[in-house]
Amino acid sequence: MTALQAPSTGLDLAAIRDDFPILHRTVREGRPLVYLDSGATSQRPRQVLDAERTFLETHNAAVHRGAHQLAEEATDDYEAARAKIAVLVGAEPEELVFTKNATEGINLVAYAFSNSSIRTALSAESERFVLGPGDEIVVTELEHHANLVPWQELCRRTGATLRWYGITDDGRIDLDSLELSERTKVVAFAHQSNVTAAIAPVAELVRRARAVGAFTVLDACQSVPHMPVNLTGLGVDFAAFSGHKMLGPSGVGVLYGRTELLEAMPPFLTGGSMIEMVRMEGSTYAPPPQRFEAGVPMTSQAVGLGAAVDYLSAIGMDTVFAHEQELARVALDTLAEVPGVRIVGPADLTDRGGAVAFVVDGVHAHDVGQVLDDRGIAVRVGHHCAWPLHRRFGIAATVRASFHVYTTVEEVAQLADGVRAARAFFGVS
Amino acid sequence: MKLEQMYQEIILDHYRQPHGAGLREPFDAETHHINPTCGDEVTLRVKLTGDTVADVSYETLGCSISQASTSVLTDLVVGKSISEAFTILESFQEMAQSRGKIAGDEDVIGDGVAFAGVSKYPARVKCALLGWMAFKDAVARVKEEAS
Repeated sequence: MTALQAPSTGLDLAAIRDDFPILHRTVREGRPLVYLDSGATSQRPRQVLDAERTFLETHNAAVHRGAHQLAEEATDDYEAARAKIAVLVGAEPEELVFTKNATEGINLVAYAFSNSSIRTALSAESERFVLGPGDEIVVTELEHHANLVPWQELCRRTGATLRWYGITDDGRIDLDSLELSERTKVVAFAHQSNVTAAIAPVAELVRRARAVGAFTVLDACQSVPHMPVNLTGLGVDFAAFSGHKMLGPSGVGVLYGRTELLEAMPPFLTGGSMIEMVRMEGSTYAPPPQRFEAGVPMTSQAVGLGAAVDYLSAIGMDTVFAHEQELARVALDTLAEVPGVRIVGPADLTDRGGAVAFVVDGVHAHDVGQVLDDRGIAVRVGHHCAWPLHRRFGIAATVRASFHVYTTVEEVAQLADGVRAARAFFGVS
Repeated sequence: MKLEQMYQEIILDHYRQPHGAGLREPFDAETHHINPTCGDEVTLRVKLTGDTVADVSYETLGCSISQASTSVLTDLVVGKSISEAFTILESFQEMAQSRGKIAGDEDVIGDGVAFAGVSKYPARVKCALLGWMAFKDAVARVKEEAS
């Protein structure tokens, strides 16, 4: 199976691909599926599917309640998943909150500020999260809507002002475009752009935020699934990522928060499980992470995510990243040979992840995507929930190919052929 | 091959040489519709003379399907009465949303039948209807202002 050996990493891609049943199906009248949309959602290996099924067939119960054996086993499995994820991202288990997705994680942080700012009779510790007119929240122009709209809304509710770093011509955060000030209370940014794949200078942004006493919030949706990430080492205050982009189930995501911050934060969703004591007059709340996990949480999904972490860890995140960089190199090299293709993002591999977004002069992204789809190649077309970024480049939509550990060089090479076919079909020369 | 079924030659012709494109004066109402899933946009103006659609002019920023269907729209509705135009619109919309089950009546929607193949692709139905919905909205606005 030398054809499926990854050139630089020695990954046994044939064996890996055998773990992913969906990669063996055909689409659009018998064409082999070429799945280049892992940035939207990744596929799941049997190990993840099996872990969910085994959990449901042998241990299923509501976690953190009940004293019977199944409840104990389910709780152990749920917490074991949290511990595995903690090892992967270099955090303590109690610093990780299970959410339904990354979007909920970012909203949880935004609402901690919001709820603190109302200044109800919450704890005195929450004073540090109070925002009001004159305060500033800083984001970047390349953010996914999930790390933009919650901050717009927080500004609307508190009277704070939203400001943002601009983008350079090669799709990176332009550090010279904005100066933080003592008014800056939050700096929220993507670790890796979901469009340009540029990797943010996290250390520098954290340094600048700390210098003015601002909290940092990292959207790690496109980094944790694809590269080694140590959240403690990065020094961010909060980070969010989702399970379904890292070979795990949908319906589960993770919010990371430094312990002392989670301990000081008011809850977001309230109800069962997250309480310490409840009286008719009012209630007190459990320590984190339970304080932020109201109601019966997703359990088989968390267990499945734990299995995905096992799967990725066995390969090694360094290897995953090296493999994806190799794929990005092939994509960039082969697309560069197609006339009229413009890459939106860095043209080389420096501080860059695997996704490759581009436009084709004279052929709309939707139409490119349709031609690719006709050949069995699944890509994302549109603004990829990063509308302001597209507006910054004066374009309505891009084509984005994105990868994961199961993607092969041969698949990526088909992309350029498909783009050539699209140009021919629409008579662009 | 499915691609040719979807992108019929009529669609490609309208895409390459759209009919009635550009924004013109005078007009009674202007609408701006977007497809939030892909960011495609159309700005569309309607001029009515009495009960007749006197002119439809537009600017689109979008894929071949949305541009071609807006071009076909102008061919079909300009010069018609509002009620005739809406009959055409409903017929086109019914076909576009039929998931390939309704072929479309050429006597009613003319070149619009070329979009029957598009209706098999749920993600593209909005593209095919973008200009049409902008037109529907624009006529409604004129009527609102008149009442």
